[in-house]
Amino acid sequence: MTWKLVGENVTRVEDDRLLRGLGRYTDDLCPEALHVAMVRSPHAHARIVDIDIERVLDVDGVLAVYTYEDLPGPLAEPLPLLIPHPALTHGRTQYALAKDEVNYVGEAVAMVVAIDRYIAEDAAFRISVSYDPLPPVVGIDHARKAEHLVHDDVPGNVAARMEQSTGDAESAIAGAPHKLTLDLEIERSAATPLEGRATLAEWDTGSGRMRVWTSTQTSTGVRAAIAAKLQLDLANVDVITPDVGGGFGVKIMHPWPEDLLVPFVARALGKPVKFIEDRREHFISSAHERGQVQHVEVGFDDDGRILGLSVRFWHDNGAYTPYGIIVPIITSTQLLGPYKPGAYSVVFESLYTNTVVVTPYRGAGRPQGVYAMERTMDAIASYLGRDRTEVRAVNFIQPDELPYDHGLLFQDGRPLIYDSGDYPACLQKLKKLVGWDEFETFREQARSQGRRVGIGLACYVEGTGVGPYEGGHVQVETSGKVKVATGLTSQGQGHQTVFAQIVADELGVRFEDVEVTTGDTRRFPYAVGTFASRAAVMSGSAIAFAARAVRTKALRIAADALEASSDDLEIVDGIVRVKGTPDATIALGTVAVLSNPLRYAFDKASESATQFVVGDPDKPPVAEGDEPGLEGKGYYSPVRSTFASGMHAVIVETDPDTAEIKILRYCVVHDCGHVVNPLIVEGQIHGGVAQGVAGALYERMSYDEHGQLLNASFMDFLMPYVTEVPSKIEIDHLQTPSPLNPLGIKGAGEAGVIPSTAVFAAAIEDAEGIGITSMPISPSELFELRRRNTEASSPGRRAT
Amino acid sequence: MKPAPFAYLRPECLQDALEAYADHADDAKILAGGQSLIPLLSMRLAAPTMLIDINRLTELSYVHTDASGVRFGALTRHAQIEHDKRANRAQPLLRKALRSVAHPTIRNRGTTVGSIVHADAAAEMPAVLRLLEGSVTLRSHEGSREVGAEDLFVGPLETSLAAGEIATEIFMPALPAGAGVAFEEISRRRGDYALCGAAAIVQTDPGGAVTSVKTGYLSVSETPLVLDLSDAFDDGELSQTNLTGAGELASAAVQPETDIHATADYRRQLAGVLTKQVIEQAHNHASARTIGGSQ
Repeated sequence: MTWKLVGENVTRVEDDRLLRGLGRYTDDLCPEALHVAMVRSPHAHARIVDIDIERVLDVDGVLAVYTYEDLPGPLAEPLPLLIPHPALTHGRTQYALAKDEVNYVGEAVAMVVAIDRYIAEDAAFRISVSYDPLPPVVGIDHARKAEHLVHDDVPGNVAARMEQSTGDAESAIAGAPHKLTLDLEIERSAATPLEGRATLAEWDTGSGRMRVWTSTQTSTGVRAAIAAKLQLDLANVDVITPDVGGGFGVKIMHPWPEDLLVPFVARALGKPVKFIEDRREHFISSAHERGQVQHVEVGFDDDGRILGLSVRFWHDNGAYTPYGIIVPIITSTQLLGPYKPGAYSVVFESLYTNTVVVTPYRGAGRPQGVYAMERTMDAIASYLGRDRTEVRAVNFIQPDELPYDHGLLFQDGRPLIYDSGDYPACLQKLKKLVGWDEFETFREQARSQGRRVGIGLACYVEGTGVGPYEGGHVQVETSGKVKVATGLTSQGQGHQTVFAQIVADELGVRFEDVEVTTGDTRRFPYAVGTFASRAAVMSGSAIAFAARAVRTKALRIAADALEASSDDLEIVDGIVRVKGTPDATIALGTVAVLSNPLRYAFDKASESATQFVVGDPDKPPVAEGDEPGLEGKGYYSPVRSTFASGMHAVIVETDPDTAEIKILRYCVVHDCGHVVNPLIVEGQIHGGVAQGVAGALYERMSYDEHGQLLNASFMDFLMPYVTEVPSKIEIDHLQTPSPLNPLGIKGAGEAGVIPSTAVFAAAIEDAEGIGITSMPISPSELFELRRRNTEASSPGRRAT
Repeated sequence: MKPAPFAYLRPECLQDALEAYADHADDAKILAGGQSLIPLLSMRLAAPTMLIDINRLTELSYVHTDASGVRFGALTRHAQIEHDKRANRAQPLLRKALRSVAHPTIRNRGTTVGSIVHADAAAEMPAVLRLLEGSVTLRSHEGSREVGAEDLFVGPLETSLAAGEIATEIFMPALPAGAGVAFEEISRRRGDYALCGAAAIVQTDPGGAVTSVKTGYLSVSETPLVLDLSDAFDDGELSQTNLTGAGELASAAVQPETDIHATADYRRQLAGVLTKQVIEQAHNHASARTIGGSQ
C-alpha cells in the first residue's frame, strides 16, 4: 500500500506564499481601477428628506454620484431575502442605496465614484443629506416593548416567531420533582476578519462580459445575484475569489450592496471599479451576531435527568433579515447538544432593531444555544449538589442510541438526526485531560495562598457539512500534473492542502503534483459556498468521488495499453503499474495522452495519441459514452448534515482585588470523525478558541440608546491580541467516523468557538460562587457583580 | 479612512519649522511619530490644512543624561529612551513606564515628547512627567521658554503651549539617593490604554524610614493627577495599615469616569489597589538601591 496522506500532519502549501507577502487580495488587483466611497447614514432611524450632491459635481477626480433614484430595474428593488422560511412572516431587506428611510447607522445612502479613494471620501463628505430623525429601537428589551417600530408595517418588531417541540415539555416540567428557571443574556459581537469586504469589477464592452473579483465565501452566490440584478446572462458573468483575508461568516452574507453597485458602475462607466471597505465601515455596515435574551424552564429528577425543557428566547436580527432566520433556528436546535431531554419545546422571536444586520458569524447561533443548555446543566448540578459532569452524563445520548432522531427540523430543512458520536467517551477524555477529579485539591491549595480559581466545562454537538451539495473536478494533464477545482471558496482554511491530500491518496499521485483551485466560477460554476464547517465534508467528498472516477478511467486506459486486467493494476506516485510486475508501467501523464485521440502532435509525447499510431480503425476514436481527456467530476449531496461534537474545560483564576480573569488552562476534546490533517484541525481549534475567548471576555458591540456604535474601531472593540489568548491549548481527539460520506469526516471549522461563552461563564461562576447569567463579562462587570451580590443573593437563577 | 487634503512641509532645520509654524499656527499640526495624529487624520477627527513634518530635524533626536537628570528631544522615540542604560540608571521610572506604552512597534515610531504634549491623561508619560516634576522646553520663532509639568497640562488633550510653539525638549529629574520608583497599570489588553495606572516615588532617609510618598495616575482624571500620600506614612513605616490607608486616600482622590470599558467605581478600586502595589514596590526599590548602591 502507498503512503497515506489523509490523517497526516501535512504542512500547509498555502503558507509559504502567504507568509512571504505573495498573497494577492482583491485590493492588490487592478491598481488603476476607480474607487467608490459610500455616504452612510449617521442616524439609526430617519427619513431621508433630501440628498444634495451639488457640491460634489465640480470636485476634480469625481466621475459619478449615485443615489437610489439612479438605480435601474431589479437593482432598484430590495436586496434578496436569501433564505425564506414560513415562520419569517415579516422578512425585510434593504435597498442597495437607501430609499426614503434609513434603519441603522452605516446604511448606504449614496455612492461616489472617483479616481482614488481619497477623492471619493472627500466628495462623500461634501454630499449633504437632510434627515428627519425617527425614534430608534436599540436592544432586545426595546424591541420587545415595541413602543416604537423599526418598520412601520411590522407589528411588535417581530420578524419571525417560530416554535418547535418534541413531547409535552410543559406537563413534563409541571410533573418533575425539581424545577429551575434561568434568565440569560448574551451580547453582540462580530466576525471582524482582517480583510474587510472588497469587490473589483471589470466590464468588457466588446464581448459583453462582466468579470468580478470579490472577497466572498460564495463566488457562485455573488455571480447569480449580479446576473439577476444587472440583467446579465449567467454565462457572461465570471466571479473569481482571490486570496481572502478571513471570512468567519460575514462574507457568506451576499450580495452586499457594493457587490452589485460596483459591477453596475463598471458597466455604466466602462472602466474597472473597486470598493475596498475600511475598518470603520466594516463595523457599521457589515454583519454582527450573537445578541440574544433567553428564558429557560427545566424540570428534572433527583439524578439531574431532564424530564422537560422549555426555552423561550429573543433574537436581535438587526434592521433587516437578508439571511432569513438561520441563526435563531440553529440556536433552537443545537441547544440540545449531546443531551436527550424527556420533552423539549422552544419558541423564539426574531426581532428588528435599528442596528447592523445579524447574519452567521463562526458558530452561527450555536454558542448561544450551548450557553443556554450548559448554564442549565450547571444550575441543575448546583441545585442538587452534584458533580457537574455527573449531571451531564445522565443526560447524554448513549452510543448505542445513535443515529439519534430528536424529532425536530434542523437549519437545512432536514430532520435533526445525529449520525454518530460517543459523548460518554468524550467526557472521560476531557476529565482526564483537565484533571477534573483532582481539581478540588488544587482549589484548596490555591485558596490557602489567597487565590481564587474555578473550573468549568461545556459540551456541544455541531451540525456540519450542510447541503445541498458541492462538486469537484479532477483532471490529469499530459505532464502528469493534476488540476483540481471546486466551487466553494477559501479564506485561509488550508483547502489547497487538504483537498490535495485527498486527491493524492485517492488517485495515487504525488501530493506536490496536485494543484487546487477554489472559488473561481470559470473553473467550477456549480457550488454553494464555504460556511457551516462544510468545506472538507462537502468538497472533500465530491473531490474524492471525482478522483475515483479519474482513477477508474486511468486504469481502463492503462489496462489496454499494458494488456493487463485493470484489477491487477495499481497507481503509485503517478505511475500505473501491474502489481508484482515492476517493469510493466505507464505514467499517468501518458495515460492522459492516450485518453485524448489527436490529429495533431504538438510534442513527442503526444505523438503516441495521433491517428496513425493508436486506435482500432473500425471503431470511433472516442467510444460511445466515453469522453476525451483524463478527467472526472464528482458531486456530493448528503441526505442531511453530519454532527461533530466536543467538550471544553477551562480553569480560570479571578483576582480578589482587581477582578481580572486569568486563563490558567484550556482543554479541548474534539470529535470531527476521521481527521484529514490533524495540524490543520488543531489550527482551526486554536483559532476558534481565540475567538471564543474574545466573545466570552473581550468583544461586544457597544451601541448607545441612539443606535450609535461607540466602539467602531480596534482600539475600543477589544479583539484579543496573542497576549490575551491562552499560549497553550491542550487538545485530545476522538474519532467516530460519519457514516454519511465516503471519508467518514465531519466539519471542524467552527468547533473551537462554540462552547467558549458557556465554559467561561461556568468557570467564573465556580471561582466566584456568584451566578453568571450575562456574557461576555469584563473585570469591571465582575467587580460590579460582586458588589451587587454582597447586597442580594445570586440574581437570574432561582428555584421555583 | 483617508485623511482630508492637507499641505505638507518637511523643513530641514528647526528654524524653518518654527517659522512655518508661526505662519500657520492656527491650522497646522506638527508631525513627529504620528502615532496619535495619523489615526486622527485618517478618521477625519482632525483636519489640519498643513502638516509640518519634523522628522528631518535629527538634531532633536537624542538622550542626554547627567547627574541632574535626563533630557531628550522632540524626535526621540520612546524605544530610544526605553533602551538607554544611562538614562535609566539616572531615572529608572522611565523604562518602567515606557514598557507599558502601547506595543514595541508603536514605541519604535512614537516620540515621548509628542506623547506628552498630546496631553492624554490616559497616557503613561504625561503622568510620569508630573510625578517627577520634570519640565518642557518650548520654542517659537520668537524665542524659548521652560514650563514645569504642573503648568503644562491644563485640560483634556490641552496644554499651555502657545500658538506657534514646538516642544523641543523634556527634562526628567534624576532619582535622588534613598528614593525608589515603581509603575503598574491594568489594561484590558496588553498595550491598550490603561483602565487605571499608577506610578510612585518613595523617599527614605538613611535609616530606612519613609520620608515622602508621591503617586501619579493615568486614566482616572482629566489631566495627569499626582497625589502626595506622605501623611499616610507619618510614622515612617511601610506597614500594611499605612498602605491600606494610602490606598483609601487614592481611591477617594481620583476622579474617574464611566465608559464602555469600566465603571468609575471599578477604576477607583483599581487606583486603590495599584497605589498599594506601587508604593510597596517603590519602597522595595529604594531599599535595594540603598543596599546595592545603584539602581
